[in-house]
Amino acid sequence: MPSLTRRDFLKLSAASAALAAAGCSAPREPIVPYAAQPEATLPGVPRFYASAASFVGAAEGVLIESNTGRPTKVEGNLAHPGSLGATSVHGQASVLELWDPERSQAPRRRRLPAARDSFERELNDALARAEARHGAGVRILAPTVCSPALQSQMAGLASRLPEARVHRWDPLNRDHAHEGARLAFGRQLEPVYRLEESRALLSLDCRFMEDEPGRLSYIRQFAGARTPKRETMNRLYVLESAPSLGGAMADHRYAMPVAAIERWLLKLAADPSQDRVMRAIWDDLRKNQGLVLAGESLAPWAHALVHKLNRALDAPVSLVEPIDPRPETHARSIAELARAMHAGEVELLLILEGNPAYDVPAGLGFAQALARVPLSVHLSLYEDETSALCTWHLPATHYLEHWSDARAFEGTAAIVQPLIAPLYGGISPHELLSLLLRRPQRGYDVVRAHWRGIDWEGALRAGVVADTAFRAERPALRDFDLPQAADAPAWSVRFVADQSVLAGRFSNNAWLQELPRSDSKITWDNAALVSSDSARELGVQTGDMLELATQAGAVSAPAYVIPGHADRTVVLALGYGRTRAGSVGNRVGVDAGRLRGSGALWTAPLAGVRKTAGRHEFATTQDHARMEGRDHAKHIALADLVGKARAFADETPEHSLYPAWPYDSYRWAMSVSLNTCVGCNACTIACQAENNIPTVGKEEVARGREMHWIRVDRYFEAGRALFMPVPCMHCENAPCEYVCPVGAPVHDSEGLNLQVYNRCVGTRFCSQNCPYKVRRFNFLEYSRSEEPLKAQKNPEVTVRMRGVMEKCTYCVQRITRARIEADRENRRIRDGEVVTACQAACPAGAIVFGDLSDGNSRVSEAKRSPLRYELLAELNTRPRTSYEGRVLNPNPELA
Amino acid sequence: MQVFSPPAVLALKLGLIAAVCALALGAVTLYKFLPAPGGERSPVQPIPFSHRHHVGDDGIDCRYCHWSVEKSSFAGIPSTQVCMSCHSQLFTDAPVLAPLRESARTGRPLRWARVHTLPDFVFFDHSIHVAKGVSCVECHGRVDTMPQVRRVASLEMQWCLGCHRDPAPHLRPPAQVFDLAAPYPGAQMQKALMKELHIADVRRLTDCSTCHR
Repeated sequence: MPSLTRRDFLKLSAASAALAAAGCSAPREPIVPYAAQPEATLPGVPRFYASAASFVGAAEGVLIESNTGRPTKVEGNLAHPGSLGATSVHGQASVLELWDPERSQAPRRRRLPAARDSFERELNDALARAEARHGAGVRILAPTVCSPALQSQMAGLASRLPEARVHRWDPLNRDHAHEGARLAFGRQLEPVYRLEESRALLSLDCRFMEDEPGRLSYIRQFAGARTPKRETMNRLYVLESAPSLGGAMADHRYAMPVAAIERWLLKLAADPSQDRVMRAIWDDLRKNQGLVLAGESLAPWAHALVHKLNRALDAPVSLVEPIDPRPETHARSIAELARAMHAGEVELLLILEGNPAYDVPAGLGFAQALARVPLSVHLSLYEDETSALCTWHLPATHYLEHWSDARAFEGTAAIVQPLIAPLYGGISPHELLSLLLRRPQRGYDVVRAHWRGIDWEGALRAGVVADTAFRAERPALRDFDLPQAADAPAWSVRFVADQSVLAGRFSNNAWLQELPRSDSKITWDNAALVSSDSARELGVQTGDMLELATQAGAVSAPAYVIPGHADRTVVLALGYGRTRAGSVGNRVGVDAGRLRGSGALWTAPLAGVRKTAGRHEFATTQDHARMEGRDHAKHIALADLVGKARAFADETPEHSLYPAWPYDSYRWAMSVSLNTCVGCNACTIACQAENNIPTVGKEEVARGREMHWIRVDRYFEAGRALFMPVPCMHCENAPCEYVCPVGAPVHDSEGLNLQVYNRCVGTRFCSQNCPYKVRRFNFLEYSRSEEPLKAQKNPEVTVRMRGVMEKCTYCVQRITRARIEADRENRRIRDGEVVTACQAACPAGAIVFGDLSDGNSRVSEAKRSPLRYELLAELNTRPRTSYEGRVLNPNPELA
Repeated sequence: MQVFSPPAVLALKLGLIAAVCALALGAVTLYKFLPAPGGERSPVQPIPFSHRHHVGDDGIDCRYCHWSVEKSSFAGIPSTQVCMSCHSQLFTDAPVLAPLRESARTGRPLRWARVHTLPDFVFFDHSIHVAKGVSCVECHGRVDTMPQVRRVASLEMQWCLGCHRDPAPHLRPPAQVFDLAAPYPGAQMQKALMKELHIADVRRLTDCSTCHR
């Protein structure tokens, strides 16, 4: 049959397949218009609403994409100081939190479903009794409160129930920073760093890129000052006790336990000239607008000392009022509450979010004390460990479902506006507190009344309330006592907030669980991170079990060997070992909280550490820690870069067997700057949210079947980690296109390498032939399309089924949207009109996307950078995605 | 040792070929005679809405009801309120409009049966088609003559490509896009329209990424 072409053959086979499917027809989907069309809705065109979300004790401004009433995607708000257009991994994942089918859906009394009315009756009875005692026995517990309206409601409680008390417990509290300021200045203050003004930064265990309230702004500022011009490029010194993003970006990194960092700081403050390294760093700081950043793991006196050093340096740091000022520390506040509960002094306890039964230091016996409280009420998104122990559990509203407000790290307030009516009839903290005040109010009325007199609609539209930033203060320094340098413990454990689940808030979030942690590339787990030398000393390898014991308790955790980490310091992330998180988060990892004593929240001496029997299998996405001499993530020292037109030799072969593609319109391309990428993973999860990318679970990740379209590779080299985001390269000579038997990967007229899902029959030849290994195959039906999860899906992107290959599309749906808009107006797409999801999320601005046919576009400019190179250029694939290599700026005196 | 004799092998081969041919013939026959994909051509609607009456007789512009056709991928289906803007005055107690009044009273939307449906992996955008001079008639036919809307095009990819490969004969001046009865302007004018509307690049129009994402 010579005339039978491939298409005809496929048609015939499809027709014969129809035999099997005869009788089946497409499901009937009625068209359901509005009964009454809401104003300004335009079905088919997403709308964006400004709001704010708080994850690490301060608001990050967000723009929420709403598709006919469904919030589907989170973007950053350029106008918000806590976002500057970027989003964190948590911001991206918060939309999945909204649609999580395992969120609590009904009030429960002693674990059994109960009516909200009977709760209100019980509360009112208890309140009537409490009012007779002027509120004695009424306690409220909340994590860091970022909402000014909630703070003023709490203040209102004092006048109604003068004897009632409000407590704070946030597992990621900032006690040490605030106490440090109290030592140095006599009152609580929060340092706000102006990183862009500094050319020499010294971070003392400060995780300013992941845990500090200003993290997104700090990454942007840091990246902005990282441009390789001799006068402006900054230099970063990091002393750290746990691997951090900052440590990976450092020009000089020193890994040591917390006690050693504190000792180093004491010496620096006393006399920097006694040590060569210290002297060089101090000289650099003095000459170059130096700034010292202190991490929460350091003792309060160390924070005070850092304030003193910064004052001496005249460092670019502003001191502002904390978002949630407290007369006492969180540690003391929770200890007092636990004492009162044990003593039977608490009649009514209201827990506004948080999960204290899981995350309060074990020594306080909080969980046991809960049993002694006659009426305990827990308001939370999930029915968790605390809910199970409380009299009442109330489903809370998600931040996308309620009215509230929140302050950013430097004070700017934003209104939190709902995108959707509460899915499960939840109650907001404002509403619950108004019940306690015996003045039931809607959340909207509480917030609106608090912000009387502002330009309300302007504030909603912009996502910030104008002129609400805190004023920088310049209080006088006080004298304070410094401790004697204590002996460092032989072994210590260091607790860190997990990059993905924080202290457990996001345990049930599959996107975050499956996001490879930047340093270890572990998914679905936490691990006892140990250095190579320590591992040798303990006789363990990755996967062996370690028994760790502190004064507070003991756990058995699997070891993970990570090079370049501080010796004899075991790092364990918080937020794992949950028992009532949900089907995603239960029994994932080990609970570091059991080692955490109330006096040792961030580091504790290890009373015992030894190898025990048993093995644990990790699911990591990158087995190789080293580049094996292949130099994928290229870097160069600033001094070597001077005067070079090209930092890295162009290895692209001159000729190609394949003819060049003709292009007569746009030529889309991407440039990724390794010089500013801090490896925060925001791109990976933004892509997941935008492109309907499924999660596959731990077992499948262990088989190498994760689906991320853009991954962040991590290499350890020369004592540092190098990060490298790898999306599809959209090769001109694409190896995938040549081998597909059904022509599913095709080249389009603008240079995109497309994957046509309907053609794909799942041979996987393309993935086999892709040198970058960016193609992802749906081995199983990974895409969950049940309610309500399917409401999160981006309607602009096909949901792929089992047996189909997929990969990065350069966000073709965003290109198409821009093209249609431009074509309707008979113009070309402007530079910056197409922003890919990864690019939009990136706090460092490391990803640039645009049209190469426009010589003035930002991507064209990036491609002219002397740092440009292509990954595996020697293979002659001629990728559209190129990189800008990393520039290191070491101090010549420390060479 | 040979198990089958040469004539047996020949018979076997011929038999196999015959079987394959029979299968292919059966497949082709089924392919031709099975109902066309794309669903029912004229399904029963909750209200026997007549486009001939509203468009043909009353002369209501398409965009009065399908109001987002120039702004969005989705042409827009009128809300109950839009219907009620006339029918709160006209035919207020006609029995056929009972579902409409019910919807207005309860706030529960009407559920119209879909006449034109595309698979979920096809991303069609109304706004760009009408902006580029593709009239409603091209895909929906003369709805102004249809008492009950029925699908006139197959909506198969082959059919879409027919226009995407050679758009010129399907174009009208943008001003006549919503004028269903207007004649097509002729080849020369259509050639000028191609230029004026910047539809030069047929290669772009047939890229997979134009309709699939």
